[in-house]
Amino acid sequence: MRIAIIDTSSTRAAIISDGLREAGLTDLVVIDPSGPLAAQVERAAPEVVLINLENPSRDVLEDFFAMSRALDRPIAMFVDQSEPEATMAAVDAGVSAYVVDGLAKQRIKPILDLAVRRFQAFSRLQAELAEAKTALADRQVIDRAKAILMRRRSIDEPAAYALLRSHAMTSNRRIAEVAEAIVTSAQLMGDLP
Amino acid sequence: MSADLFRIGFLPLVDAALPILAQELGFAEAEGVEIALVRDVTWAAVRDRLLYGHTDAAHLVAPLAIATALGRDRPAVPMAVPFVLGLNGNAITFSIALGEAVGLGETLGDPVAIGAALKAVADRRRDAGRPLRFGVVHRHSSHNYMLRYWLAGVGIRPDSDVEIVVTSPPFAADALAAGEVDGICVGEPWNSIAVDRGVGRIALATAQIWRRGVEKVLAMRADRAEARRDGVLRLIRAVHAAAAHFVDPQTVEQSAAILSRPQYLDAPVDAILRAITDRIRVVPGGEPIHYPDFMFQYREAANFPWRSQAAWLYAQMVRWEGQFSPADAAIAQGVFRPDLYRAALAGSGAPLPGASSKLEGALVEPIGAGSTQGRLVLGSDRFFDGRAFDPDDIAGYLAELP
Repeated sequence: MRIAIIDTSSTRAAIISDGLREAGLTDLVVIDPSGPLAAQVERAAPEVVLINLENPSRDVLEDFFAMSRALDRPIAMFVDQSEPEATMAAVDAGVSAYVVDGLAKQRIKPILDLAVRRFQAFSRLQAELAEAKTALADRQVIDRAKAILMRRRSIDEPAAYALLRSHAMTSNRRIAEVAEAIVTSAQLMGDLP
Repeated sequence: MSADLFRIGFLPLVDAALPILAQELGFAEAEGVEIALVRDVTWAAVRDRLLYGHTDAAHLVAPLAIATALGRDRPAVPMAVPFVLGLNGNAITFSIALGEAVGLGETLGDPVAIGAALKAVADRRRDAGRPLRFGVVHRHSSHNYMLRYWLAGVGIRPDSDVEIVVTSPPFAADALAAGEVDGICVGEPWNSIAVDRGVGRIALATAQIWRRGVEKVLAMRADRAEARRDGVLRLIRAVHAAAAHFVDPQTVEQSAAILSRPQYLDAPVDAILRAITDRIRVVPGGEPIHYPDFMFQYREAANFPWRSQAAWLYAQMVRWEGQFSPADAAIAQGVFRPDLYRAALAGSGAPLPGASSKLEGALVEPIGAGSTQGRLVLGSDRFFDGRAFDPDDIAGYLAELP
C-alpha cells in the first residue's frame, strides 16, 4: 500500500516516515513541499495521503482529488464515517488523511493511529525544545542580574539570588522576569556588567 | 453568568469583519457571548475544525457549507447557515500582461466588452496550446461560480477554453506574480494587494456580474445550532449589531485598523480601508475609484439567508459538476435558515422579509418588499446578462444557460 506524506515540516515528515517504516509500511513517497503538488501526487499514485491539517495546499489538493475522481482514481476524502473517534483524534493531533475509495477500513486505521502518535510526539518534542530554550535564556539572564546585584550592593551570590527570589514572590512574577527588568534598567543606566 | 463561548474559524479576508468586530467592540459581550477567533489559511481547515468540534461556527464560503451538507467530496454533515456575513466584495484581477492584451482601461469596464476582448485572447491561447489559467479560492466558492457565470456568459467555456485552478486567498497575489495564473477571482484585500505590488490589474468587481451576490456566511453544524439555539440567537444579534456599526462611515478607519492586526488579516490597513469604503485601485499607482456597493454588509436585510440564494449556488454546483436531484435541491435550500434569523431579530426593529425565497436577479431598480417587521426596500439585484433565477425551476434555468 503506497502512502504519500505531505508536510510543511520536513522534520515531521521524516518522523512519520520512520514510524511507518518501522511498522512495516515501506512503500512511502514524501512529497517535496516546494515542488508542484498535484503533479507529484499524481505521479506517486498513492492509496493513502497524509497531510498536516494546517498545510496551505489543502484546498488545492482537495480540488485535485475531486478532479481525479472525474477521471479515473476515486479518492474519498477523510476517513470518518465508520471511525469518528479515530478521525477526531487525527484532527486534534493536526493530521488529515485521504484514502482511495474502497480501501479496507482495517488497513487504514493503523496508519492513521500511527500518524497521530507521531504528530503528537513531534508536538511534544517541539514543546520540550521551546522549554529548553526558555530555560537556557532564563538562566543566562538570572546570572547577569545576580552579577549586577552583587557588584551594586556588595553582596555574595546566594544573597543576590535570595533578593531576586523574594522580590519575585512579593511582586508575583517569575524570577527570570525580575532579572530581565534588572538587566534592562542596568543597560539603560549605563551599568553593564 | 459566564459568557456563552463561540469559537469561530475564519480566513484572513475583509468579510471576516463582523465576528471580529462583534468581539472587539463589545457587541458580543452585550449579548452575553464571547467570541474566540481561530485563523486558518485554507477553507479545508476551517471546515474540518468546524465539523470536528475545534470551532463552534465559521466564516465560510457559502457553497462549501452546501457541498458539505450534500456530501460532495466527503461524507455528508447537516449544516445550518442562520446569517449571511455579506454580499459581494470580490474582484477579478488580471496579470499585467493579460490586462494589456485585453486592453483594460483605467477604471472598471463593462463586463460584456471586457468579456469579448478576453474571448479573443483566450481563443488564441487555447489554439496555441497554452490556455489561459484562472485561480479561484475554492472549487466550492462563489468566486468559482461568479467567474464561470461571467466566462460562460461571454462565450468562453470554462475547463475547455480556459483552465480554472484553486489558489488560497493569501497566496493568490503570489500565484499571479509568479505567472502560475493569468487571473484570479478572490476576496479583498488580496486583489488590492496584487495591484499595490504591481503584479495585477482589477478587471471587474464581482458585483458587476451579480449586483447582490451571496458571499461568506456564518456556518454551523445543524446539530450544534439546535443544541445551542439560545446562544446562536444571541450570536446572530451580536454580528447583526456589528454589521450596523461596520457600514457607518464614521467607523471605517477604526474597523480597518482592527482588521489589519497580525492576529486577524495581517495586511496593510490602507488596502483594507479601500475595500470597506468601496474604493478600488484598479491599476498600480492609480487613484482609487468609487464603486458603490462593492461590499454589501447590512442594508436591504443583506444578512438575511434567502433560501433562493442557496438554490442559485446549488444550481451552479450542478451546472459545473452535474448530479441534479430535487432531494439535493431541497437539502441545499434547507441549509439556509431564515427561521433562526427571524427568531433572533424579532422585536429588534431590523427589517424581516415576509418571504424566505425570491426571484434572484429580477429587480432592475429599488422596490419595496413584503416584510413582517420594519420597512424593507430591495435594490437592483441584476445579473450582468439580465437573466433571472427562479428557485422553483432549477432544471428549467439550467436548460437555458449557455
